Order: sequence, then structure tokens, then C-alpha cells
Amino acid sequence: MLEKQIDTFKKYRFLLRELVKKGIKLKYRRSYLGILWTLLEPLLTTCVLTLVFGTFFGKDDKTFPVYILTGRLLYSFFSSGTKFAMKSIRQHAGMIKKVYVPKYIYPLSSVLYNFVIFAISLIVLLGATIVFKVYPNVWCITAIIPLVLLFLLTLGVGMILSTMSVFFRDLEYLWDVALMLIMYTCAIFYKVDTMAKTGHAWIFKLNPLYAIIKCFRDAVYGNSMFADPFWVIMPTVVSVLSVIVGVALFKKHQDNFILHI
Amino acid sequence: MANYAIEVNDVGMKFNLSQEKLDSLKEYMIKMLKGELKYNEFWALKNVNFKIEKGDRVGILGLNGAGKSTLLKVIAGVFKPTEGQVIRHGRLVPLLELGAGFDSQYTGAENIYLYSAVLGYSKEFVDKKFDDIVKFAELEKFIDVPIKNYSSGMKTRLGFAIATQVEPDILILDEVLSVGDAKFRKKSEAKIMSMFKSNVTVLFVSHSLDQVKRLCNKAILLDHGELIASGDIDEVAAIYEEKTS
Repeated sequence: MLEKQIDTFKKYRFLLRELVKKGIKLKYRRSYLGILWTLLEPLLTTCVLTLVFGTFFGKDDKTFPVYILTGRLLYSFFSSGTKFAMKSIRQHAGMIKKVYVPKYIYPLSSVLYNFVIFAISLIVLLGATIVFKVYPNVWCITAIIPLVLLFLLTLGVGMILSTMSVFFRDLEYLWDVALMLIMYTCAIFYKVDTMAKTGHAWIFKLNPLYAIIKCFRDAVYGNSMFADPFWVIMPTVVSVLSVIVGVALFKKHQDNFILHI
Repeated sequence: MANYAIEVNDVGMKFNLSQEKLDSLKEYMIKMLKGELKYNEFWALKNVNFKIEKGDRVGILGLNGAGKSTLLKVIAGVFKPTEGQVIRHGRLVPLLELGAGFDSQYTGAENIYLYSAVLGYSKEFVDKKFDDIVKFAELEKFIDVPIKNYSSGMKTRLGFAIATQVEPDILILDEVLSVGDAKFRKKSEAKIMSMFKSNVTVLFVSHSLDQVKRLCNKAILLDHGELIASGDIDEVAAIYEEKTS
């Protein structure tokens, strides 16, 4: 059974690659700067966020733009990855109705191509760390952990959303609202300490995306993310769980997709 | 049974035709709480049983709504049957509504790779066959133009050229022989005929009984989702003619 699964995956690897390529190519087609936007866009929004919020929250912190950029980059991958995965089944309805292809290829390719764009945009972060003198040390290697967790979480949530949105299209609008809530509780453009003072620090403990961003910041700033193991264990559990639930849910309902698109 | 190309065992396909389409969660909840969720069950196929031997060319006959297209989609693997199962031996190529996998923003060349991937070809294979595909579709001049600027004839030509690049074991045809203009039709028919010679198993749906008689040696007849006759083309065609007259 598993062997057969791996065989079909091998057979459709080329399709997966083509779909990832398509996502990246079409995203910036017909814009003059093309793929350069993957770098420009986070750079410009970070400038705006620093201008707006830096004066409030980051007065004493010379490296505040790096702080914002790390949060924003990770959040925007999560947001676009889940959104595109959610819409992937409907977007490829034409193909699904005509040819047999393992359906998980569609949400998977959506998450993957957004991950590639995200990976390219990390170059901006590299530049920012040099400009703002956040120098790397050995802990930087641990950045790989939150990145893997982020990918898993996005894939898992994306699979859950893609299954549910086939049956209830309202979810596309609901998710936008939910994402807003997630964004404001991710501490992208403010320091957690200011929130902690008001006694609302528990909110962050419920947000796996914040935990991932926190771990990533620790790595970038050269600190150990394991100082309080909660911040590594919690997102690990949630991410793995989301993938398990996502795959199970998708598998259970995928044969009915065609009757609803 | 290695001698069979396709085995269709007790296949049934049920559709829920809801009275109105429920797309929103709110509507669904309200209806569910009121107990008003009613579905009209509709069996597009029921207890369909048949086997196709390797090398047979089988025509599927039936009036509109008899379940022909549903049966083809079940065999192609697009629909999963509600009951029963379909066993396929060998590589299956569906020529159903050509070019459905195209992306309109993509150019012809990019779509060749995309559609080939959808059909499960490998990259090396497409690299090798790329020129043949372009030449067969007669699109040398337009291959770098986005597909959205193609005419529908150009799109089907490209779809046909891509789909027929492999030597399939099982070929599914749904009225595709009416592709393009007269010249291309001749060419596509010749291509399909050359595939016939290599002992391919063919499933063919057409409303033209003459065409079915010309191409097929066996036939099955569907009526309201049930299989009512199968066997040699002449026998089944006689029953079909009796029913339609």
C-alpha cells in the first residue's frame, strides 16, 4: 500500500514540479520587475511598518527592522500558503474533472511554491541583518527547526482548509478574518513585553505561529530557543498534529470533491 | 486475468441532486436544524458488469443521459464509483474534452509541459517529443503565445497532439474524432487508426452509429444507467436501432 503510494508520487513528481513552477512564474508575470518583487515587497512593507510602529514600540532597539522583518516574512508565508492551498482544489477544478491525478498534489504544490518564494525573500533578511549589525553565531543553524515546523503547520492547515472549503465556500472569507486575528497575536510589529505588562501574555502561548516566529527570531539574534522548551515543543506538537489531521481529513473526503466543484 | 484490459465489476454511481445548491455554512446549518436537507438520489450507473479483452475496440451506445460519459469517467478514474470497482491493466490515455488541463495565461510551450505532467508523462519524454507535438498541432508560429489568445480549434489541436504522443494500452475516446477542421480531422483519424494497429484497447463513445460501426468490433448498450446488451457490434447495433426507431 505504502509502496504503491510512493510509486504514484514518483510518477507525479514531474507534475508537482510543473505546478510549483507555474505558481512562481504566473505570480509575477506581466509585472516589469518580475521575481524581484519577492525581495522588494517585504522590504517596502517592513519600511512602512518600521516607520509606523518603530516610533511607538522600538525606540530603544536599533535592530527593530530585523525584528519586524522576521515576523512579517514568516507570517506572510503562512498566510499566502494556507490561502492558496485552500483555493487549490477549486482552482484546478477543470483538471480534476477530466483527468485522474492524486488530488493532494494541488494543495501540496500551492504550499511548496509559496515556500520557494518565501525562501527567496529570506535574502532580504540576510541583507537586513548585515545592515543593522545583527551578527550570526552558531545558534543560527537552529533556524532550520522553526522553518520546518512552519512548513508543516502551513501544509497541515492548508490541507484542512482545502478539504473544508470544497464543501463550504464561506470559509474563504472566514479564513481572512481568522488570519487577521492570527496576525495581531503574532507580535510582528510590537514587542511581547509590552503586552505582558497588561497581563495578556497567555494569548501568545496559544498561538503556534507566534511560537515559531519566536524560535526563528531567537536563532537569527543568536540566542538559544531551548531556554524555555515550551516554545519549541508546543509548535512541534501542533504542526505534526495539523499534518496528521489534514491528511486524514483530505483522504477521507477527496473522492467527494468532484461532486461539489 | 491477464487477458482482460478492463474489468468493470458491479459498478454503481450515485449522485445527490440537492434541490438547491448549498454553498454556505449558514444555509447548511439552518437546513440541517430544520431537517430540510433533502437529496434526490440519482443512480447514473447501476450494477454495470462487463469485461473488455485486450485489443478489443468497444463502442458504448445509449441515448442521452444513459450514463455513457459517467461510465467513461469512472473507467478513467475521475469518478470513484459508489459501488463496485474497476480494474485497469496497462497505461490508460483519456481523450476526453481535450485541453482541460491548460492554463490560459501560459504559453503553448509551457502548456505542453504542464498538460504532459497532468497526463503522467516524464520530463525526458516531453523533451524528446516536444518538436513532434508542435509539428503535429501545426502551431510552430504560435507556440510562444499565451493560450488565451488561441482559437478553440488551436487548443484542441494542441491537446490532441499531446495526448496522443504515448502508445497507450487503453484509449478512451469521447467524440474527439470531430476535432478541428476537415484537414486536421483527417490527420487525427489517421493517427488514431495507426494506434489501433498496435493492438490497443479502445473505448469509444459517439452518437454516430456509422462511426461506431466503422471503428469498433464490440459494443455495449446502456439504458438509464443499466447495461442492457453487450457483444458483437452488429448484434448490439441492431438492438440499439430497434430502441431508437
